[in-house]
Amino acid sequence: MRRRSAVKTLALAAGSTLAGKNLAQASTSGGDENLAATPESAAILVDTTKCLGCRMCERACAEANGLPEPAKSVEPGEQRDTTETQWTVVNRYETESGPVNVKRQCMHCLQPACASACLTRAMYKTDDGPVIWRGDKCMGCRFCMLSCPFDVPKFEYHSANPRIQKCKMCFDRLQEGDLPACVSGCPAKATVFGTRSEMLDLAWSRVYAEPDKYVHHVYGEHEAGGTGVLYLASVPFDQLGFRTDLSQQAYPTFTREFLYSVPFILTMFPPFLLAVSKATAGNRQEEGEG
Amino acid sequence: MATVTADTPGFWNGTRRFGRFLAGEMKPRGRIITPFNVITIAIMAVAAVILYIRFTQGLGAVTNLSQDVPWGLWIGFDVITGVAFAGGAYVLCFMVYILNQEKYHPIVRVTVLNGFLAYVFYAGALLLDLGRPWNVINPIIGNSFGVSSVLFLVAWHFLLYMTAELLEFAPAIAEWAGWPRLRRWLNRLTLGAVIFGITLSTLHQSGLGALYMMARDKVHPLWYSEFIPIMFFVSSIFAGLSMVIFEGSITHRVFHHRVGEDLERNHDSIVRGLARICAGTLFVYLFLQVLVFVHGQKWEYLATGWGAWYLLEMIGFVLVPIGFFLHGVAKKRPRLIGTAAVLTLIGIVLNRLNISVIAFKWYLPVRYVPTWQEIVVTLAVLSAEIWVFRWVVNRMPVLDSTYVRAEAVEEANDAPASAA
Repeated sequence: MRRRSAVKTLALAAGSTLAGKNLAQASTSGGDENLAATPESAAILVDTTKCLGCRMCERACAEANGLPEPAKSVEPGEQRDTTETQWTVVNRYETESGPVNVKRQCMHCLQPACASACLTRAMYKTDDGPVIWRGDKCMGCRFCMLSCPFDVPKFEYHSANPRIQKCKMCFDRLQEGDLPACVSGCPAKATVFGTRSEMLDLAWSRVYAEPDKYVHHVYGEHEAGGTGVLYLASVPFDQLGFRTDLSQQAYPTFTREFLYSVPFILTMFPPFLLAVSKATAGNRQEEGEG
Repeated sequence: MATVTADTPGFWNGTRRFGRFLAGEMKPRGRIITPFNVITIAIMAVAAVILYIRFTQGLGAVTNLSQDVPWGLWIGFDVITGVAFAGGAYVLCFMVYILNQEKYHPIVRVTVLNGFLAYVFYAGALLLDLGRPWNVINPIIGNSFGVSSVLFLVAWHFLLYMTAELLEFAPAIAEWAGWPRLRRWLNRLTLGAVIFGITLSTLHQSGLGALYMMARDKVHPLWYSEFIPIMFFVSSIFAGLSMVIFEGSITHRVFHHRVGEDLERNHDSIVRGLARICAGTLFVYLFLQVLVFVHGQKWEYLATGWGAWYLLEMIGFVLVPIGFFLHGVAKKRPRLIGTAAVLTLIGIVLNRLNISVIAFKWYLPVRYVPTWQEIVVTLAVLSAEIWVFRWVVNRMPVLDSTYVRAEAVEEANDAPASAA
């Protein structure tokens, strides 16, 4: 009977190891399949030197996505954040070289923290580039909000059936061959849509063509491992409300080391613990196991 | 051995008998109107109303959560702190079943019961916080495995670990219900469940810390480091054991009539042993914290208000308890050990809340403060857990292992007869 119980223990431990191993393998190898991005993925270049601050993009966005119409007037100097009902906002910053208008929305990271944080793959990096949210999968845990370095995903706190809301780069319009609503609605051509490599080329060609006009920095080229929305500006980005202290490493890599340790612990702990238990069995008096 | 099928009359008789037994056991024992009962029932009743509002009008109706602070008290305290407090179960199982330290056997059951209930209620409280709880099964049934997510790992581990702890506790249920054959069978699963449970605990205790790896720009540098997962794991050892000491001192008084001879005799010696381990692991933890602090060159933050708050946590609730634990062990003063355990628990609450709530987005002008509704629901979860704990302890052989021993002897005598 003693031998039989040992065999059962081994079998259980082995079973748990296998189950764990499958999970762990999945978490390391297959984990990044929805986080891949190619130079061909969709991107938007925002040239803040061309932006007039007319906020036509805000209206176009609301119209295309069935959101309430944005407020007609905005208090000067007010710094607004995107909300669950307004996925893009234009803020005006008074800087050393005059006022600068900055359009904000989801950055569509190449390796999004939100998508790697999502345990149901509701937050999803599409092959084309846009990061979208899929309501049939989401459980509303808001880990995407906690993880996003740009604090983009917004949650409907006052709904019994709440959604995570954010810019999806007009993913459905792109499927039909249209431009994102904010890009086509921009009268000043401050936003340009194309592939990421095209947008990077365009951004740097503008910087090189007018080195005195632009700061020598394309925001989003390296920030958070690279983003699908790129910015040009005439003043340093920290004056425009951008976080310039973000890592240049993609955010999913920060949890990778932990996830790599998972298969080691799951496979090595059970046999080790079993061995120690058998080795110290002499400590136990000769009586029932209960 | 006769096979039991649904149509044998014996089966129905047995079921009916068990039904009557269960109905009898459901009746309250002792006085019903006590201050504890009155207060906790009031709390739970208010919480039920709050939760009705929460599920009909959304989280925003009862909580102060915002777009900036998506996780508040319900996650930061109920789940992240509660799970650290439940760490005693895996540590004690390691000592008793892996290191075969028989001395600690009398408190294993009550600790495992506590751990199990803590997971059921505190991890269960996660459901209250989920915006779309009806999708909670998605990562379990496999239609969308978010395998690159730390939360995916934590969710699975919660589920599996609850199963492991239920298996570890199941022999006590079988004894209570009078199923000796099932009990023997369950007993054989114990070691496997323990091994599985310890492995899972190592990963999800640290995993709770790993949740904050991508929030590296949002947690104050004094609390953020890439070693948070290791810190969470090490601190879960002394957090769990301090909880065992603290709870032990209460259950000892409240459930005195249920405490067995074994536990009664060894209690002080067990507590001193646990206190020694607490002091040791607290020291390791403090050392790691100092290492991270010096290596991360965080001196510049010390002169700020956050620095004072950090020092209070590290000195008042890590260094001081080490001294109290050691002194209490040396002078055999259980009261001092109890004080040290309480200080340690406060330190854990501070640490977990600092990372998840207090020093989270420390740069924001508007701070998150939980609403009274969030606090009441948290207290209700705690009350509900205590109710279930009390029900179980008053009925099942949890605190009395002499009962178990006697049963085991009886069984050993029975075994050949039933096999024949």
